[in-house]
Amino acid sequence: MLKPWQAALYQALLLMTTLVMLYPVVVMVLSAFKSTGEIYDSPFALPDSFALKNLATIWRETRFLAYLGNSLLVTASSIALMLASGTLAAYAIARYAFRGNEAIFLFFLAGLMVPLKLAVIPLFIELRALGLIDNRLGLVLVYAAMGLPSTVFIMTGFLRTIPAELEEAARIDGASEGRILLRIMLPLSRPALVIAGIHNAVPIWNDFFFPLVLIQSDHAKTLPQGLTVFMGEYSTDWGVLFAGLTLSALPLTLIYIALSRQFIAGLTSGAVKG
Amino acid sequence: MSPRLRRSLWIALLLTPALLLIVAFVTLPILSAFVYAFYKWQGLARVGFAGFDNFRLILFQPPFSTWTYNAFFHNVIVFVALMVVQNGTAFFLAWMLSKGLRLHRFHQVSLFLPVILSTVIIGFLWKLFLNPLFGLVNRTLIAIGLDSWAQPWLGQPSTALASLIVVNAWHWVGFPTLVYLAAMQRIPREILESAEIDGAGEWTRLRRIVWPLVAPATTIVVMLTFIGSFNWFELPYIMSGLEGPPFHSTDVLGLYFYRTAFGTVSAGLQDFGRGSALAVLIFLFILGISAWWVRLLRRREIDL
Repeated sequence: MLKPWQAALYQALLLMTTLVMLYPVVVMVLSAFKSTGEIYDSPFALPDSFALKNLATIWRETRFLAYLGNSLLVTASSIALMLASGTLAAYAIARYAFRGNEAIFLFFLAGLMVPLKLAVIPLFIELRALGLIDNRLGLVLVYAAMGLPSTVFIMTGFLRTIPAELEEAARIDGASEGRILLRIMLPLSRPALVIAGIHNAVPIWNDFFFPLVLIQSDHAKTLPQGLTVFMGEYSTDWGVLFAGLTLSALPLTLIYIALSRQFIAGLTSGAVKG
Repeated sequence: MSPRLRRSLWIALLLTPALLLIVAFVTLPILSAFVYAFYKWQGLARVGFAGFDNFRLILFQPPFSTWTYNAFFHNVIVFVALMVVQNGTAFFLAWMLSKGLRLHRFHQVSLFLPVILSTVIIGFLWKLFLNPLFGLVNRTLIAIGLDSWAQPWLGQPSTALASLIVVNAWHWVGFPTLVYLAAMQRIPREILESAEIDGAGEWTRLRRIVWPLVAPATTIVVMLTFIGSFNWFELPYIMSGLEGPPFHSTDVLGLYFYRTAFGTVSAGLQDFGRGSALAVLIFLFILGISAWWVRLLRRREIDL
């Protein structure tokens, strides 16, 4: 048990840390409502009014919505492709004994440690040959492949825990292999699918490196990449800059506040023993 | 069709999409980098076999080798500093969170909030905060009477890299904290309680019981920090720039690799040969050190 003074000390240190983590975020949001002059003159004050002028500027004058749409499209497509193909492979590895089973599992796992950024030159050449440079589909394929090792790892681990009796009972009832997969295994796997999905969706949504190399046209840019365009254009208008940062952070922050438990479990999965 | 064949086909069907994807977009590109590094390149075309020339230039021929070692040295600093500042803080934060004090859930969620945000957002935000004239950091220092501490954090070689490291620690500290917290929560209460009955204080328990028992978490935290430090790119790119200014004081291998591969005004035309050679060297370095370490660190782990 902690002595009262120790508990008080720990609580004080934790409160201080939380303040250090949240204060910059609060300043960012408050500054989004200020004019540049206000930010310069009174950086610590609340905004004079919660006017939406800066947000309106972003809405009218930038392609924020297009960037947001691209990020949604790319993230959703790559996660769908990754989960579908990764779960099928994990299912084969986890539920069927065949020659090479272990080797294929290890082949997928090897990808966990590989920094794919370093392979960006061959990726660039390969995607160019496929006509997928400056194409959102190119990003989707790279992201889906990049997420497969963790997906196969998480899904195989989970599918192995499902008791064999379920499967055998269904087989005796005459269910086909495909039916067992779709009707029994997939519904049971939902929690693991969520973990694998979040584990990869957040880094994909936030990624800047691959769009930087693979996307050039403004209409195909994702949100983090679009943000760099517009931070350059408005570099002297701090109110608009903070509004842009706030708007960009908003979607994921809201989902995180609603689903913090799943986010933390998803992002630390693999680093934390289950 | 025999049931045996049907079963084999079904298994192959399940495996094919994932194998195709990973071979095409992970395995093949990585193997290709090893091949490309031995060629001379002009733009996007291979123009001849180069032997070990690209490697020789990077490792032994100034100015290329000077840039390589300068960047590498900065990556080492980043790794060591993050181990101390970010992961050291994380260990103590996790210990305090593991006490289950009031608001501990709120503290956890707050600490982890920056982790979910893009490095682009974090980088721009702190670049504005570190602005010499109007930035929050200097304004705060002046407001509390520390005028003399206010300085152009990102504009001078003596503080630029350190500023980036602190921002990186702020961004990621929640991650190792929660990894450590999960490991600490697995320690059986009886062990800590009996140590307490035997008169071991907080510090002794932390050092003699908790630290050894969370060794598996430390292994993971060290590995992730190592890989992250030697792949560092987005934060220095956003906050400093592609050349690692001022005077290359924030240059790291990631920036140097990008400049070499895709070309800039100062680094000259893009060179896929030298770029690939650099990628291969970084890759082998990360893989070699990781493999050696995992063996070393695993030996001191205790399984609960």
